[in-house]
Amino acid sequence: MGELILEVKHLSKSFGSNEVLKDIDFTCSKGDVTSIIGSSGSGKTTLLRCINLLENPSSGQILFHGQDIMEKGFNAPRYRAKVGMVFQSFNLFNNMTVLENCIVGQTTVLKRDKAEAEANALKYLEKVGMIPFMNARPAQISGGQKQRAAIARALVMDPEVMLFDEPTSALDPEMVGEVLEVMRNLASDGMTMLVVTHEMSFAREVSTNVVYMDEGVICEEGPPSQIFGDPKQERTKSFLSKFK
Amino acid sequence: MIITRFVQLWEDILYIFSKYGKVYLNGIFNTLVLSTTATIIGCVIGFICGVIDAVPIRENDPAWKKVLLRIIKVLVRIYVEFFRGTPMILQAVFIFYGLPYFTMNKVQFSNIWTVSVLVVSINTGAYMAESVRGGIFSVDPGQTEGALAIGMTHFQTMIKVVLPQAARNIMPQIGNNFIVNIKDTSVMFIIGFSDFFSVHKMVSGAIFTYFPSATIEMVGYLILTLLFSAILRWAERRMDGSSSYELVRADHHLARSGDYNHTIHYGEHYRNGNGPERKG
Ligand SMILES: Nc1ncnc2c1ncn2[C@@H]1O[C@H](COP(=O)(O)OP(=O)(O)OP(=O)(O)O)[C@@H](O)[C@H]1O
Ligand SMILES: [Mg+2]
Repeated sequence: MGELILEVKHLSKSFGSNEVLKDIDFTCSKGDVTSIIGSSGSGKTTLLRCINLLENPSSGQILFHGQDIMEKGFNAPRYRAKVGMVFQSFNLFNNMTVLENCIVGQTTVLKRDKAEAEANALKYLEKVGMIPFMNARPAQISGGQKQRAAIARALVMDPEVMLFDEPTSALDPEMVGEVLEVMRNLASDGMTMLVVTHEMSFAREVSTNVVYMDEGVICEEGPPSQIFGDPKQERTKSFLSKFK
Repeated sequence: MIITRFVQLWEDILYIFSKYGKVYLNGIFNTLVLSTTATIIGCVIGFICGVIDAVPIRENDPAWKKVLLRIIKVLVRIYVEFFRGTPMILQAVFIFYGLPYFTMNKVQFSNIWTVSVLVVSINTGAYMAESVRGGIFSVDPGQTEGALAIGMTHFQTMIKVVLPQAARNIMPQIGNNFIVNIKDTSVMFIIGFSDFFSVHKMVSGAIFTYFPSATIEMVGYLILTLLFSAILRWAERRMDGSSSYELVRADHHLARSGDYNHTIHYGEHYRNGNGPERKG
């Protein structure tokens, strides 16, 4: 186990009277690949959005290298640059080419100069196999290509953790593989990852840790061999049985 | 015979033009300068108002910031409603005579251009504010989240991602405002601005050629608006850029990016799904 990067403590989140996350506790260390599984509406997306402050937690703490990210005066943009996020719907910038998508964050947020940013962008575009399409605009490429571009856009910022929110759910089946492949390679490079997924084979084979969420609480967590091989909770069993 | 009337009209027009051609051209020039300047300034005002309107008020902002933002947003609303809800011809009169009235004639508009540009600009700005608001709204919020997620601030997100797309989306409205301004600046004659239309008043007053000079005006305005519609549509097409892209071959980009020397096998590795296995 590497050093602690993220600690979530007693995190709760309500939308009005709807308590979506209840007293969530978990940690994430360097090199961990944590898969978050659970049925629709269990709060997985909300948890990721709280972690990178797209959503304001209602109570509890989130510590990044020991620092409370909800503290007054905390620099959210700088923090978000270190926590990459990949969305189900890609969210690429439609007014830019794939390459420009991968450059703009580096020049505006990290203040890298254009040449350095471009060289770095090319490095990651190559990693995700998107060099051939780097001059295309998002509207001109397939879903799988968009998602690989979105992954590169997050990686160029040199994040310490990558959050993935069902990165393959919006894809046609034949494109799921190419995106999972990129994620597998990322994991094997040692990237710390937090992956919300319905791809059980990915959770089982790639992750170091699986978290099962149900109705806003973490119902069970453990190494994949245990969660998939010998789940302790009835709810986990019944959830996983749907995938057999 | 109707034909002879047309011949007569043509001769009248030629006569008027030989006598007042320069004045007409000068009027057209003034009309174009006024409507162009006011449309540009109006767009700037519109974008500022639209951007202010889009500033999010967050729960955990300090109280003074929330109050200040709300006040500014209300002021913008009042401005928009006021200038969209009253005729421009009256706004011109209102401002032109209002300033000396309230300052006991100590301050007056010494230059008719200043007043005209001011009135048409803030009028256009009020309309543009609404368009820009809609334009910003039309950019899907996912892109804003994508930008925030890589660490861009709200302001950077606006400048780099949202506004360029909003601007493209509202190009038709900007063009429309410009066309409207070419025509509607004619009401500025009320405070003595010498635009294209004011030449009509002057000429027909002097030599009583009401219909022939009105014909000149009609045709003149129509040519101007058609011409600029065409130009604007051309500009829109150019903004869209190419509808295709070139596939980039691997060797090409390697040649471009100096110190970058990953081998191409790396990419193939992933594509073939032969990446090294991660050990638990
Ligand atoms: N902005 C919001 N306002 C109100 N309720 C919300 C909001 N976002 C999410 N919720 C509610 O929170 C609950 C959890 O949603 P969330 O998207 O986190 O679930 P999820 O586990 O990601 O589900 P899925 O697998 O379908 O993506 C849902 O009941 C949803 O209706
Ligand atoms: Mg979700």
